[in-house]
Amino acid sequence: MIKEYLNTDALPYCKGCGHDLIARNTTKALEKLNYDPLDVIMVTDIGCHGIIDKCLNTHTVHGLHGRSSALGAGISLGNENPDKKIIVFIGDGGTTIGLQHIMEASRLNINMTVVVHNNYLYGMTGGQTSGLTPPGFKTTTSYEGNPFTGYDICALSHTAGAAHTSRIMGVGDISDKLKKVLEVKGFSLVEVLEICPSYGVKLNPKRKLSEIVETAGKPLGEWVNDREQFNVHQGSKEKNLLEKVPVIKKVFNSYLKDPMALIVSGSAGEGVQLAAGLISKAAISSGLHVTQKGSYPVTVGVGFSTSEINLSPGKINFHGINVPDVVIITSADGLAHNLKKIEAMKGGKVFMDSSLEVPNTGAEVIRHDFRGLGARNASIFAVFYFALKTGVISTESIFQIIEEEGKGKKLPIAKIKDALSAL
Amino acid sequence: MQENKKGNRTLTDASRLIIESMARAGADSFIGYPITPANLLYQYGSQRMPLMLAAPDEITTLQWMAGLSATGKVPITATSFPGYALMIESVNMAYMMELPMVIILVQRLGPATGTATCGAQGDLSLLRGNISGGHPLPVIATSSFEDCWTLSAKAVETAIKLRTPVVLLTSKEEVMTSKSFDMASLPEIKKTEQKYYDLDCEGAYKSYKPTDMVPDFLPVTQNKHQVRINASTHNQLGLLQHSTPEAMDNTRRLEEKIKQKAFEYIQYELYEQQDAEKLVVAFGITAAAAKDAVAQLQQDGEKVSLLIPKTLVPVQDVYAEIMDSYNKVVVAEENINNQFSEMIYGIRKPAGHSFVGSLGKMITPQQIIEEVKA
Repeated sequence: MIKEYLNTDALPYCKGCGHDLIARNTTKALEKLNYDPLDVIMVTDIGCHGIIDKCLNTHTVHGLHGRSSALGAGISLGNENPDKKIIVFIGDGGTTIGLQHIMEASRLNINMTVVVHNNYLYGMTGGQTSGLTPPGFKTTTSYEGNPFTGYDICALSHTAGAAHTSRIMGVGDISDKLKKVLEVKGFSLVEVLEICPSYGVKLNPKRKLSEIVETAGKPLGEWVNDREQFNVHQGSKEKNLLEKVPVIKKVFNSYLKDPMALIVSGSAGEGVQLAAGLISKAAISSGLHVTQKGSYPVTVGVGFSTSEINLSPGKINFHGINVPDVVIITSADGLAHNLKKIEAMKGGKVFMDSSLEVPNTGAEVIRHDFRGLGARNASIFAVFYFALKTGVISTESIFQIIEEEGKGKKLPIAKIKDALSAL
Repeated sequence: MQENKKGNRTLTDASRLIIESMARAGADSFIGYPITPANLLYQYGSQRMPLMLAAPDEITTLQWMAGLSATGKVPITATSFPGYALMIESVNMAYMMELPMVIILVQRLGPATGTATCGAQGDLSLLRGNISGGHPLPVIATSSFEDCWTLSAKAVETAIKLRTPVVLLTSKEEVMTSKSFDMASLPEIKKTEQKYYDLDCEGAYKSYKPTDMVPDFLPVTQNKHQVRINASTHNQLGLLQHSTPEAMDNTRRLEEKIKQKAFEYIQYELYEQQDAEKLVVAFGITAAAAKDAVAQLQQDGEKVSLLIPKTLVPVQDVYAEIMDSYNKVVVAEENINNQFSEMIYGIRKPAGHSFVGSLGKMITPQQIIEEVKA
């Protein structure tokens, strides 16, 4: 048995307000559709339409001005029961504020119905112009008449992809029209036209709703997109994000006794981040603790590419690097980006490509032709060179990481080995 | 944790730990939109959460989360100040509606868009005051990879048990840095279940009638009892009120609920050295530098203790009590206005308290050491 939708016959609206008509006809339409009131979730927001909540025996959700379409969409996205009906009541003011929310719900064709109470102005706040106010219509903020055209919310919603949009007059029995809207699977929006008796009528005396609608230039009608309603296509999901991270066993040793701050830097596309990852993982396989972070311009495919690495035999807390102990530079971009840090070094080592100008630094500068195996391999080769010359990690440990990660085919391993043996 | 045997480490970033932890703790939905430096969290969220939706903007993100939460889901998102600023009205809405959710706030250098790829700790003052009325919104700050695991779960637990939005406060330097990490050392995480109202109870359900400060939950998708959820001032039924005594009691309860109940979840670390008269205080990313600084100072023969606050809001008396018991207190945080101390003491800090700040750079252990020795 269908229970009553309204808990009172005295709705809280001014005499002649279209909101009263919409509320009564919406509940009548729901009755015709045999919805149980508690299978209906009514989402409202700020505006006179929103004070209907207390009169309803449905679930009621009362949100922020203009945001009810997004809030209702969220409820629809979380709802797994197709027998529920999610309805959003919103005014023309709220529609203006939350236009994007209506566009998004239309685009995704989220299963819900939005009832736009368009009385051509913000009523609750004192009769101000909204984005749906037609040209020439007088409001408390445009006494000489609105100079602008209002949004065609139906056209916008339809174009964005709503399954069903319609514009109707808020006059007489509109329950069958609302029933049709509420039956839609997917996103439906109905714009109900009315005049606010407190502000609209007083500021626009002698004007009839039919005449206002006609001069507004937005025709009554309905518009349909034959689309499937939104379904949450989620695809496959990870069951455990930690499982995919490869475990690195300790199979090598490192002589490192004190923490070492290392910077690898070169140009984008020249393997800097890959090379830094190899050092980090090889260091872990050598029993060291490691931190690593990348740094590059927002346009990731151009300019410098830098990675800051800390290596330590003990646990690392602070991972910032002010003055590095070792810097590996493979290109002019990398040198320019790290010049100040290199100049601040009072000791340590700088490995740099032999094509680059030696900066003023207290570090020992070791130059080599890192780019000889091609620019793309410059950083990779420099990392091997660093390993060979410092012994902090072994070249074997790097080769092993490359093999374990299946990166061998993408790198010129034989050439790297030849070049290393020639040193 | 069966993935690794102890001693076999991985190279991972903290974003991964945060999302996995939250998923295990009971979060089931991620609403995302791109913002640096929170993008790794978005990526992992989309891979791991049973429900992931890309929102078109920040306000929609929070509104969708609130809607999901009203159906019984536990949504999370990740953002940084520019996005969070746009979410604040909706965070207030979810706070008033008592809808659980977690917002991971990855701090970056402000004001405004500032520098997206530069870390900072500049958002605490905002978070302390971002609920109109001054009510406390729980803010939990991670200060290590271990925290990213345990406190992320704690944030979800707090959100569900207190029925509130919770902010997990982290920073660019934490979630975008990879470290060698032994995942086998991570403790198990238990899923937190929502406390549902007994559907078979006779009589009227009141959406905001509290049991031990917190109302029992019913989703809007059941049809045994009427649910009324309201962002405006409301009575226990959830009906809009101007300022009736019952409605004011409800608004007061929101304050008391967090103040009293969040205390059960308070997190901090205190490393006390016997006879120490000096104390270093640091939260979040700066705690790492503080740990190194205190270790070095102790090695140098200084007697110094270390406090790492983790539950930042509601503000806890215990922090003032601890800080008051030292003659010299050095608070280090990556901003230029000492927001943590201001939150506790206002603009007049006690004598003997000093501040190490920074803008656009991580605070180094050396800076803290120098201030402690000064």
